[in-house]
Parts: sequence; structure tokens; C-alpha cells
Amino acid sequence: MPGKIILEMRHICKKFPGVVALDDVDFQLYEGEVHVLLGENGAGKSTLIKIISGAYSKSSGAMILEGIPADIQSPGHALELGIGTIYQELNLVSQLTVAENIFLGREPVNKLGIIDSRQVIRNARNVLAALKVEIDPQARVVDLGIAQQQIVEILKAISMQMKILILDEPTSALTRQEIEKLFDTIRQLKEKGVGIIYISHRIEEIFEIGDRVTVLRDGRVVRTSSIDAVDSSDLIRLMVARELKEHFPKRKAMIGAEALRVEHLTRTDVLDDINFALQKGEILGITGLMGSGRTELARAIFGVDGIDSGNIYVNGKKWVIDSPRKAIEAGLGYMTEDRKLQGLILKLSVSKNISLPSLDRVSNLGIIMTDSEQQLAKRYIQELQIKTTGPDQLVQSLSGGNQQKVVIAKWLACQSDIFIFDEPTRGIDVAAKVEIYQLMNQLVARGASIIMISSELPEVIGMSDRILVMCHGRINGEFDPSNILQEELLKCGLGI
Amino acid sequence: MLLKDKMALNYKRQLGTLLGLIALIGIFWISTPYFLTVSNLLNITRQTSINAIIAIGMTFVIISGGIDLSVGSILAFAGVVTAGSLSAGVPIFFAIIIGMLLGFFCGAVNGLLIAWGHLPPFISTLGMMSIARGGALLFTGGRPISGFSQSFRVFAEGRFLSVPMPVFIMILLYILGHFILTRTKLGRYTYAMGGNEEAAVLSGIHVKLYKLFIYGISGMLSGLAAIILTARLNSAQPIAGIMYELDAIAATVIGGTSLMGGEGTLLGTLIGALIMGVLRNGLNIMGVSSFIQQTIIGAVIITAVLIDMMLKKRK
Ligand SMILES: Nc1ncnc2c1ncn2[C@@H]1O[C@H](COP(=O)(O)OP(=O)(O)OP(=O)(O)O)[C@@H](O)[C@H]1O
Ligand SMILES: [Mg+2]
Repeated sequence: MPGKIILEMRHICKKFPGVVALDDVDFQLYEGEVHVLLGENGAGKSTLIKIISGAYSKSSGAMILEGIPADIQSPGHALELGIGTIYQELNLVSQLTVAENIFLGREPVNKLGIIDSRQVIRNARNVLAALKVEIDPQARVVDLGIAQQQIVEILKAISMQMKILILDEPTSALTRQEIEKLFDTIRQLKEKGVGIIYISHRIEEIFEIGDRVTVLRDGRVVRTSSIDAVDSSDLIRLMVARELKEHFPKRKAMIGAEALRVEHLTRTDVLDDINFALQKGEILGITGLMGSGRTELARAIFGVDGIDSGNIYVNGKKWVIDSPRKAIEAGLGYMTEDRKLQGLILKLSVSKNISLPSLDRVSNLGIIMTDSEQQLAKRYIQELQIKTTGPDQLVQSLSGGNQQKVVIAKWLACQSDIFIFDEPTRGIDVAAKVEIYQLMNQLVARGASIIMISSELPEVIGMSDRILVMCHGRINGEFDPSNILQEELLKCGLGI
Repeated sequence: MLLKDKMALNYKRQLGTLLGLIALIGIFWISTPYFLTVSNLLNITRQTSINAIIAIGMTFVIISGGIDLSVGSILAFAGVVTAGSLSAGVPIFFAIIIGMLLGFFCGAVNGLLIAWGHLPPFISTLGMMSIARGGALLFTGGRPISGFSQSFRVFAEGRFLSVPMPVFIMILLYILGHFILTRTKLGRYTYAMGGNEEAAVLSGIHVKLYKLFIYGISGMLSGLAAIILTARLNSAQPIAGIMYELDAIAATVIGGTSLMGGEGTLLGTLIGALIMGVLRNGLNIMGVSSFIQQTIIGAVIITAVLIDMMLKKRK
């Protein structure tokens, strides 16, 4: 191992009401290493790093920073000590520009104490250039896509010149090229002796960038090892404590009558004459680059954004879907890509989130029947194996992957028959991914149909019956997944 | 196990406010023995009832992520129109319906402007605050309307099961409001849209319609409060209800409802309203000047919210 230990955690415990999130965890980070944290959803990864970064206080245990016992009081304190963190959830100020966000709280000032905004922009340009990122430093963060926002978040942490950098699922929203750039940067930081803690559910990635790996299960360390000493099936076994069978389980669904047809759907500058049909029992994969109009298409079909022209037919009947309410009435369910902003009411409980679109099913004359509601929630907690202390736990205290499952549960409970899944497995562990795939198979076997929007090409190829590739708001190609290479899809998505 | 934890957490916060209320009562009791007599306690609840009733609507509005500054003016407007109707010989029942409908209408206009016109609630209700006040002044020519039959004044002077009528109405409304907030779709959607409006819309909730309804209810409750006030004073003043919106907001936030929306309880609001009422009454009995009273009430609001925020903080 290169260098010396910069951070050591000893016997760390963290208890929340009803859960032990971390149980006697030991963890060491060396200078210049990328130390990967691996584990199922809810294993305690985020909790561990939140203790290191001062967002949570530990229940017991000791933390030693460069040989000195440290008691980190707050995120600000951690930054002072040289620990920078990029959280699973984005934390940017959406109304400020990219440059202002990167230097928030560290703005260069002139002699009068006034912010030198030109200097801010210059500094931001340097940071952007160092990473070869093409984002306008003067663009406001609201106007960026999630991937770009993620990159801004990463740049912000990198520009602080930290001794320890923590990345919690930084790549879940990034494209391959963006991930490449991120890895280059990480390698540069390693050279400088920065210690990096890296969380990801993408196992392939871990072998590409990691030096050592620590696997957590139910809040305990199962193993810490050098990356070279393990392979991916070892890691999965350690994580889930059982064998995983097929990665993309096969299904036998009957492709039936037409469920949804979209004709000439157009929204100026966003969607350009979209035509496709979806059969009962079919999974239609839609892929393409970030910003190619995939999410916009989903939003248009679901009645979130208005359309300029075009027709939508559900089960052969024409529907004017001008609001999500109408879409739900027509039997559609839409799982958004951004769960925190669009999918969940964080301050409400798991059961209240699950029942939200289907309250009518569990209420009578407007009065909610609490027992039925609880049963509904329990059923889907069970079915999706949502790791929670019960239906009354607040969604904000669930782990990221389990929040995602709650969003899925919401639409299952609604008994929709046409599902639009936008990046359904983002941030979900390998075992849970397979569960979600199996669930999708069950849904189509029951005669439902699914539109699956995804950037993960293996997933698109493995799960779809047919693949549409979008580019610049148009459908640029249709493919049969049984004989297609990832490269072809990529090329089509790039429009070449 | 967790349910218990969660309830414990929820009620712990309310327990804090409740302890505050009890402490206040204790302090006043020690200072003036008269404070804790039955007649004075009835007095306090009677005085509190008007603010407490308005604060029910305010709690709904604030949980839904909004604010309603127009309640005081709507109270005045609905009050004079009810009084005018009574003077013109309209039967009591219909006069009351007219007042409450007017309140609902003004509130619904707020909701309409906010939901369909995309106005910030602060602006829309600020405008309505002025419009309704103007309406009240125009309607009366600026003069109060006084002198009503005994059967109307029952709403303030009467008793039901030896509980003063306004207090009885207040308790009834709190029970109903609590039920609506915790057990009905309307209540659930109120929390949902205050917690995350976009997620609520995407879940198929007709957020606009519910907003219209919530502001309408807030206006209607102001109309109801107007009837009690008019009956109590035996007079409807076009300048009644000035600053009532702030009292209602204060009761709501002291009770632990977050101005950010998405959380809060009516039980908390009731305690908050009682704290305000006890403070006013106790300070009056002790003969504290009204100038100092203002200052003390302000300090109590700030302290209550500070403590609440500290309880919510770092895990
Ligand atoms: N603030 C909190 N209050 C109560 N429980 C919490 C809180 N934060 C986390 N937990 C619980 O602690 C456990 C570990 O959560 P954590 O977020 O660390 O998981 P994770 O390994 O990061 O999972 P994921 O891969 O889904 O992000 C979970 O069971 C979670 O519900
Ligand atoms: Mg996590």
C-alpha cells in the first residue's frame, strides 16, 4: 500500500431509533488510495461517510485523522480538516450559476470585501478546463441536467484541494464519457496523495478505479481486501450472502394487443414527430444520450408538459392527456428519474408515499381507511423487500436505494397497466436490481406493458423486447435486442 | 416499535409547547391568584376562540405550503355583510350563511389566483387583505352596524352544556379539523403538496383544485369567526380584525407548523392559540402596559420557534 494511514475509524456504532445502521465498524484509509465501500441498499455506506463528513454524529467509537483523535462536529468542521464530500443527493443552490456554486462560501473578494465575480468566473473556468468539462460557468444550475449538476458538485469538491475526498455514488447519473473524465480526475488526485472513499453500485467500475474494497452488510464490515484479491462474484457473494442467479432473468410473456400508441407527438424544440406503439406484455427500452429527449417524451405522454401536436391512444382509445391525473386515469404510471425532487414527499412516511396516487383505493367517501392503507404498504414493503423499520418510517430516513423502491411501490400499488420507468435501477444494488428486473417480468407476464428509459446499455439490451434510440428529440432507430451490440446503440444515439 | 418512536417524537414536540403553556399558567397563577379562577379560564378560552378558529384555516394553508394574510380583512367584510343582512331583516340562519359564503368566496378567489394565476400566496392574499377591507368600508360607509336580537347574540353569549358557545364551536371545529387533516384525502393532500408540490402533481393529485378549497376554507372560517365576534360585541366594525392574520400565523408556528410547509398539527395550533390567549389575559390582569405586552408576545413567538427548531436539528 502506498503512503501512510490518513484516516482510521475504530469500533464505530451508529444507532437510529429502531435501527442499528453501523455496528462496530473498523475502517482505514491510506494516502493516495481509492477505497471502495460496497454493500446492499441500506447496508450503512452513506451513514458511515456521513459520520466522517460530520453530517451525523456517531453513537460510539473513535476516529483518528492523521494520527490525532478527531471529533468532527459539523460538515463545516470536516471541510476545515480537509475532508470533502459529494453526497448521494445533490446539494447545489439551483438559482446560482455554476461558478457561484463551485466557490460558494469561498468567494474571492476585493479590498472592500465585495465579491470579485470576474475572478469567480475565471477560477471556475480553470477548474472546468482542468477536467476538460464543457459547461458554461455562467449557466444557472437549474438549467442543467442531472448529470451536469453532478459534475458541478464533483468540481466543487475537487476545487477545495482536500486531503480526503468522499464520493457517494457519483456516477449513477453520468454517461460513459463523463465517467471517464471523472476517473481521470480521480487518478490525478491519487497522484497528489489524496485519500478517496468511493461508493458505487456498479461493480465493473470498482475494478477500474479501486485499490481496496470494504464490504458492508447490515451495518457490519464483512471483509476488507485488496481489489486484486477478489473478483466480482466474490464481492456479490459477500454483499448479499447468497448466490445471484441470472443477471437478466428471462421471461415468458405473451406479446398481446396494442396498449399504447403515440402518433406525431411534437413539442417545439424538444420532441420532433415521435411515433411508436407499445404492446401488452412488452418491455420497450428507450435509450439515448442525456438530453436526447427521453425524459421529455415520458413527461409529455404522462401529461406533465403540454404538447404542441400529436395523438395518444391507450388500448385503442384516443386520450387527451393534459395532466398526470388524466394519465393515471388512463392506466399509466410514471416513475421519475429524480426521486427526491419529483417522486417522493420526504417528510411523509413510507406508507403515505406508497398510497399517494391510489388513495381512492384505500378510502371511502374521502376518509382514509388506515388499516387498508397500512396493509397496502406492508404488502409492497414485503414484495420489494424495502429495508425499513415499518410503514410509518419517514421516507427521508431511508437509504437512497430504498427510497427508489418506495417510488416503484407507489406505482405498483396504483395498479397501472402501462408503466414508464425512467432509470429504474439508478442507485440500486446488484441484488435489488435483479429483483426489480424480475418484478418487471412479473408485470408484463400479467399483461402490463413497460417503457423503460435507461442509460445502462447492458440493461436495455438484457431487458427489452424492442429498443428505441433517441437523439435530438427524435427517434433515431429501432433495434431488436437479440442481435445488437452496445456500440451500435451508442452510435445511433450520437446520430452517426 | 417504530410507530411508538415516531409518535413519541411527534408528541414530544407538542409536549414541549404544552409544557410551555402550563408553565405560563403557573407563572400567572403565582402572580395573581385570580388568574386561575373558573370565570377567568372561561374568559381566556372565550377570548382565544376567535383566533383559534381562524388559525385552523391558517394551519391548513401553511401546511399546504402557503400563507393567508387576508383573514383579518375577510373577517371584517363578512362581519359587516352579515350584520347588514340582519339589519335588513334577513333571517339569522341565512345571514350567517351569507357571511360564511362571502368568506369562502374571498378565500376561493385567493386560491384561484394562486393555483391558476401562479401568484405567490403572499402577494395574492396581501391584495385580498386590502380588497376585503375596502369592501367592508364601502359596505358600511365606514360606520359600524350595531344592535342585534338576543337570538343572534346567542353565538357569543349562549352556553351549551354550560360551555360558552364560542368555545363549544371552537372545540367542535378542532375535532373536525383534526379528523380532516389526519384521516381524509383532503388532509393527506394538504401535507403532500406542502411537502413536495411537484411530486404531488405527478402522483395525480389535482393540486389546483385542492388549493382553491383550502384557501376557501380559510376564508370561510374567518366568516364564522366574524359572526362570533359580531355577536359578542353586538356590533360589526369595518375596521375589525386588524392584525388577526399575524395572531393566527403566530398560533400556528408556535404550535410547531413549519412555514416551509409539509408538516404541522392542529393540536399544536390549539396550544399555540391558548399560549397567546393566556399571555394576553395574564399580562392584562397583572396590569402590564400594552406596550410591554407587545414586546413580550413577540419574544415568546421567537423563543417558541427557536426551541422547536433546536429540537428538530442534528441527528
Ligand atoms: N436519519 C435516519 N434515521 C433513521 N434511520 C436512518 C437514517 N439514516 C439512515 N437510516 C437507516 O440506516 C440504514 C443504513 O442506511 P444508509 O443510508 O447508510 O444505507 P446505504 O448503504 O447508503 O444504502 P444505499 O445504497 O441505498 O444508498 C438504513 O436502514 C436506513 O434506513
Ligand atoms: Mg447511500
